Amino acid sequence: MADGRLPATDAAAAATGGRWVGRPVRRVEDARHLTGTASFVDDIRRPGVLSIAFARSPHGAARIDAIDASPALETAGVRAVLTAGNLDDLDPLVPRLDRPEFVAVEMPLLARDRVRHVGEPVALVIADSPHAAEDGAERVAVEYELLDAVTSIDAALAGDAPRVHDEGNVLLDVDFHDDPQLDARLDEAHLVLDETFSSARVTAVPMEGRACLAEWDDRDQRLTLWTSTQIPHLVRTTVAALLGIPEHRLRVVAPDVGGGFGQKCVVSREEALVCAAARRAGAPVKWVEDRQENLVAGFQGHEQRFDVRAGFDADGRIVGVAADILCDVGAYSTHPFTCGVEPLMAATELLGPYAVRCYRARARAVATNKAPMAPYRGVSRPQMVLAMERLLQKAALRLGIDAVEMRRRNLIPRDAFPWTGPAGLVIDAGSYHDALETCADALGLEAFRERQRAARADGRLLGLGLVCFAERSGYGTEAFNQRKMVVTPGYDSALVRMDPSGGVTLYVGTSGHGQGHLTTLAQVAADRLALHPGDIEVRQSDTDATPYGWGTFASRSIVVGGGAAHRASGALADRLRRLAAHLLEAAPEDIELRDGRAEVRGSPDRGLAFSDLARVAYLEAQKLPEDLVPGLEAQASFDPPGTFSNATHGCIVEIDPDTGAVRIERYVVAEDCGVMINPAIVEGQVRGGVAQGIAAALYEELVYADDGQPQTASLMDYLVPTAAEIPPVEILHLETPSAFSETGAKGMGEGGTMGAPACVATAVADALAHLGIEIDRLPIRPDQLLAALRAAAKEETTAR
Amino acid sequence: MSDVHLIALTVNGTRHEVAVEARRTLADVLRHDLGHTGTHLGCEHGICGACTVLVDGRPTRACLMFGVQADDCEIETVEGLASEDGALSPLQEAFSAHHALQCGFCTPGFLMLATALLRENPHPTDDEIREAMASNICRCTGYQSILEAVRAAAGGNAGAGEPGSDGPGLREAAPR
Repeated sequence: MADGRLPATDAAAAATGGRWVGRPVRRVEDARHLTGTASFVDDIRRPGVLSIAFARSPHGAARIDAIDASPALETAGVRAVLTAGNLDDLDPLVPRLDRPEFVAVEMPLLARDRVRHVGEPVALVIADSPHAAEDGAERVAVEYELLDAVTSIDAALAGDAPRVHDEGNVLLDVDFHDDPQLDARLDEAHLVLDETFSSARVTAVPMEGRACLAEWDDRDQRLTLWTSTQIPHLVRTTVAALLGIPEHRLRVVAPDVGGGFGQKCVVSREEALVCAAARRAGAPVKWVEDRQENLVAGFQGHEQRFDVRAGFDADGRIVGVAADILCDVGAYSTHPFTCGVEPLMAATELLGPYAVRCYRARARAVATNKAPMAPYRGVSRPQMVLAMERLLQKAALRLGIDAVEMRRRNLIPRDAFPWTGPAGLVIDAGSYHDALETCADALGLEAFRERQRAARADGRLLGLGLVCFAERSGYGTEAFNQRKMVVTPGYDSALVRMDPSGGVTLYVGTSGHGQGHLTTLAQVAADRLALHPGDIEVRQSDTDATPYGWGTFASRSIVVGGGAAHRASGALADRLRRLAAHLLEAAPEDIELRDGRAEVRGSPDRGLAFSDLARVAYLEAQKLPEDLVPGLEAQASFDPPGTFSNATHGCIVEIDPDTGAVRIERYVVAEDCGVMINPAIVEGQVRGGVAQGIAAALYEELVYADDGQPQTASLMDYLVPTAAEIPPVEILHLETPSAFSETGAKGMGEGGTMGAPACVATAVADALAHLGIEIDRLPIRPDQLLAALRAAAKEETTAR
Repeated sequence: MSDVHLIALTVNGTRHEVAVEARRTLADVLRHDLGHTGTHLGCEHGICGACTVLVDGRPTRACLMFGVQADDCEIETVEGLASEDGALSPLQEAFSAHHALQCGFCTPGFLMLATALLRENPHPTDDEIREAMASNICRCTGYQSILEAVRAAAGGNAGAGEPGSDGPGLREAAPR
């Protein structure tokens, strides 16, 4: 481990036929983190580095009358203060969708005459130390004239609402697939439900906040930006354009990145500003976000409301769904996904794995005076799953149908894949029914119902939750094109190179930050090249070293980046075979790659080590055949149509009637992400995702006062759960290989977060069903549960 | 610069003298003055525990202690856990074998917290492990693998763990 090589025994390799895909090999990333030698942005030392702190708006909505930087400039250690006034050469970010229903609004890098959320950057202070920079930031004197803030969807939609932007408060309003039959179908339905589901604003809380270090190099006339990002190439493209320099003059590096969960998959104002400051300062400059900044000014998400009308036939089958989806997207759109990412995904994918033919949705993005939204893990799907599963649960209760049977009847039938939904979305084959049965069996539904009845008689509140979902992953170019994004982050690229010593380096456009890509992509390439994964070095996240790629978000990397790595290493293997065939005087199809050698099939003694082939390819080019150029490398890209993982989550909860606290007794996941490249990493993603989903179900909520003041600006107020709250997660694997990916793998980075909120909500609702208490909003707070329990008890007393 | 104090402290067995501004925290001293950047700052208000180090053997938030308070103290950080020849400690091995880290940012804090737990209580129960580890926040793992790793290290059997779902390949894994 100490030398950073993947540990695994040759015996183990032999036992699995030399195949590395599918094995839970230990991560090559671990050694650096276990020994403290990892390098996050704030760990990078540059001589003469100066520190940056931002003066940020303390108001939710205000006009700026004047900014006086002089008190800050007089502060000990402060070198310079930048405001909008001395950044006139920097244009605002204007994230766009190329569709008429979208309203583009400017996001200034530094506020000039107006602030629209607490935490909006107003001035940038450069100083000798972080402490001096913060001192200076506190002393930037800004005269604000307060404006009325809007901090809720309803307030923003009111006729006389204050406008967050002159353009209005609705930044996207899309009617999606209006089925003309729908109203008639709903009118004729045996049961119609009109329900509202909503979820609070939450935020990703990566353990490392955002951070940037930028340095201008006079010798090379180039700028280097080290930034805690998921998308280094797009940061380069965007920041270079803002600075007005060609991209080859900007190198962007994501060093070790302490979690992202989507918060770092958009380009931030701070990234451009720190680069601008580096050019002006003539020294390296560093900004490291503190936790308060991260909670107040970092990107947020998931604040949504679904008003849904759904019809059911007498057997419980859904006959039609009409949804009005509202997303509170905060003060600005973010680049590249815009504020459309939540409403458009919600409208496109609401129906999930259920066979609904008749559908209509309206989806809106509503601006408020809060920090901007970015695609946080799951993006709208936790809310969609909540809406669909609670509808099914409510209907099942009314119709007297068992929870599992209700889902059985509504899931896309086993033989109906690939399924094309009413909105044209194609869902590829999965194990939806098997996952449901597997999860339900593991939970022991019938035994639980008996236990629940007995517990109720004792005054104890037990509930069982069950949710099914489809997790779209590996979105390709066309998926983003359909959203009408002005940049379409779909394909990805890989370059694999064998050096003259026979060492192999795989350069990828994805940008892992905890997902273990240095390990899993090496596993993929190792099988293609008949090498040990420890012999393959994976390089990522450096725009000088890697081919252009879109980074790591939206459960794309193992499908898209893994596909590119698979193709590129296959192409290199092919070159090795051709070279060996020439040197061994055999046919290329008779050459077999095995354990770092190319051998003639059936005559293993006729073979050459890769290092011998590499020597010829680089150092003895006179021996090359005419159709091979010197060197040994191959590049490939991959651009899939997208593929769906699936899962059923189930849990058993108990509610303490005296405190309103919810305890999760068991949590079971039956999941299918196709071919698992590394099962240990798959399970890590599931468990981590479930923990974030449970957090959103029971603990986390960003609270804003009516004037736009955040009330949850520390981890004492924003309750990220600990090991005391998160239960063990039992995981059962199913495997339906994807026909749409090179390796058969499907993406699965978000499923845990998608399923868990609704799973807990349906369990709590099940525990309270006999009391008539509904759980339609997340998080489920103990004080609200207690109030509902007391109201129910009072009603019962009155009824007697 | 005003208000500078000269302190002496021992970090992972090496003694250092540092001139430190009164307002600088122990985390500042370790990271910026001594270059021990393995100690990470996740919240700077004592909740997340990423900066946990051992001060005279006790797990301590380095963000909540001033540098001057560490005068004459023995500090242990993540950089001191492996042996001098680079061999990982049983706890470090167990974290890797049980996939108890993803992004790695919180990992040094958890390692130091668990190191202190296992010194004080070499055979903790599952509840004791859970309670101790609930001092810190991890955003990636969902904690289960961290608890399993600590349990395995407590059993003196880091790579071979308790039965779990972490697959036979983890257990057969050994340096090539």
